[in-house]
Amino acid sequence: MTFEHEVATKVAVPDGLPMAPRPFVIRRTRRETYDTFTLELESTIKTKPFSFAPGQFNMVYVFGVGEVPISISGDPDNMDKLLHTARAVGTVTKRMSALGKGDVLGIRGPFGAAWPLAEAKGKDVVIVAGGIGLPPLRPSIYSIMRNRGEYGRVCLLYGARTPSDILFPREMETWRKKHGIDVFITVDRSMKGWKGNVGVVTTLIPKATIDPLNTLAMIVGPEVMMRFSALELLKRGIDPATIYVSMERNMKCGIGLCGHCQFGPHFICKDGPVFPYNRIKELLMKREI
Amino acid sequence: METLEPIITSHPFFKDLDKKYITLVTGCASNVRFDGGKFIFREGEEAHQFYLIRQGKVAIEIFTPDRGHIVIETLDEGNILGWSWLIPPYQWHFDARALEATRAIALDGKCLRKKCEEDHDFGYEFLKRFAHIMEQRLAASRIQLLDLYDVRT
Ligand SMILES: Cc1cc2nc3c(=O)[nH]c(=O)nc-3n(C[C@H](O)[C@H](O)[C@H](O)COP(=O)(O)OP(=O)(O)OC[C@H]3O[C@@H](n4cnc5c(N)ncnc54)[C@H](O)[C@@H]3O)c2cc1C
Ligand code: FES
Repeated sequence: MTFEHEVATKVAVPDGLPMAPRPFVIRRTRRETYDTFTLELESTIKTKPFSFAPGQFNMVYVFGVGEVPISISGDPDNMDKLLHTARAVGTVTKRMSALGKGDVLGIRGPFGAAWPLAEAKGKDVVIVAGGIGLPPLRPSIYSIMRNRGEYGRVCLLYGARTPSDILFPREMETWRKKHGIDVFITVDRSMKGWKGNVGVVTTLIPKATIDPLNTLAMIVGPEVMMRFSALELLKRGIDPATIYVSMERNMKCGIGLCGHCQFGPHFICKDGPVFPYNRIKELLMKREI
Repeated sequence: METLEPIITSHPFFKDLDKKYITLVTGCASNVRFDGGKFIFREGEEAHQFYLIRQGKVAIEIFTPDRGHIVIETLDEGNILGWSWLIPPYQWHFDARALEATRAIALDGKCLRKKCEEDHDFGYEFLKRFAHIMEQRLAASRIQLLDLYDVRT
């Protein structure tokens, strides 16, 4: 399956009732780190397979607690299970982390613009992830791996807070060994026994062996990290038109109705979350937004 | 004997540096190796050189009595290690330790300082290049201080 969507373009809002959550049952839970977990979900409505494009998110409803946007972290070609990887930071995500097998969640989505994987074909790809920014990029990595021959060099640069915050370490090893993806990991704070890189994720950018004139970059992480990463990529000579970032704002409706996620003239839920850097770079510098 | 000039010429730090200056720099350069675990320099020692790392990985560390060695950043192939040789009182501010077998080119700071004083054009060019690296490291350290991946409070 390929995604012939436009450059970070809108993917149609799911038909039916976009404000009505669909019940999904938790089939498995997995603790990724001390504060981050993955839920494997299955629709209770078997007749409606769940398909999505890499980069999209769902509004995930913990009944009686609240609803939050969480990116889809699984394989877009596996429609049987829906994966979400979340960090327990507050009211909803902490309650979500306490759920177990057999519990039911409400899902609305998928929503939002996808990563421009069609545009990336024939190019080198640099993926820059910071912290919980890796799960929203994992579906793209799966998709690239499945069609590996259609891309040039693929380089994942991942920054985590400490070694115990590193997500998917074994999987990254497989990406490196079996799928020809260059994986570089760094941590902001070292710990005893850590033999890897220490320093912010931007320090990895010079290590990416890519042809800057034929590269597409995807960045996810805290906004400051994305701004600095984009600057470093520009210094390497990458065309700003081929740099993409995924933005975050608090959300309510997820479908462009309430204005909660407004970012200048854009609604992140429907115009984003994936944006070409060019389109929003001025807004990123505006403090009032 | 193999000259270090081609290696120095191809290093990004010396990109587009006038040929006569490359020769001058090469005159102050030597090949060095450090076994994994070995200190390259320690805080408080005299700083009279800097290094172009060719292979391996180096940790910049500080020692604290309660937490032991804390790694602040790591440097590897292509990175420049050390700038205390440039600024009085020429003393290392941190420890540098090879995390694995590391090969580098050591540049004699005393020799380069002298040449910078004698030829200010060379000195200016050299300082501009170091200022650029310092700016990059400072920016990285500042972002690191922000602790961006912590839960927002
Ligand atoms: C499009 C989109 C995709 C997202 N994808 C993911 C994802 O895949 N995985 C994931 O874990 N999160 C993701 N998020 C962020 C997630 O929506 C928030 O973490 C969540 O809304 C927090 O809700 P809460 O009720 O648990 O916390 P709240 O009670 O709202 O907040 C509690 C505390 O946590 C802090 N906090 C809130 N959000 C964050 C955050 N993102 N990072 C650090 N601190 C925070 C708040 O400042 C506050 O101090 C995404 C957000 C958007 C907009
Ligand atoms: S969340 Fe309502 S407009 Fe985006």
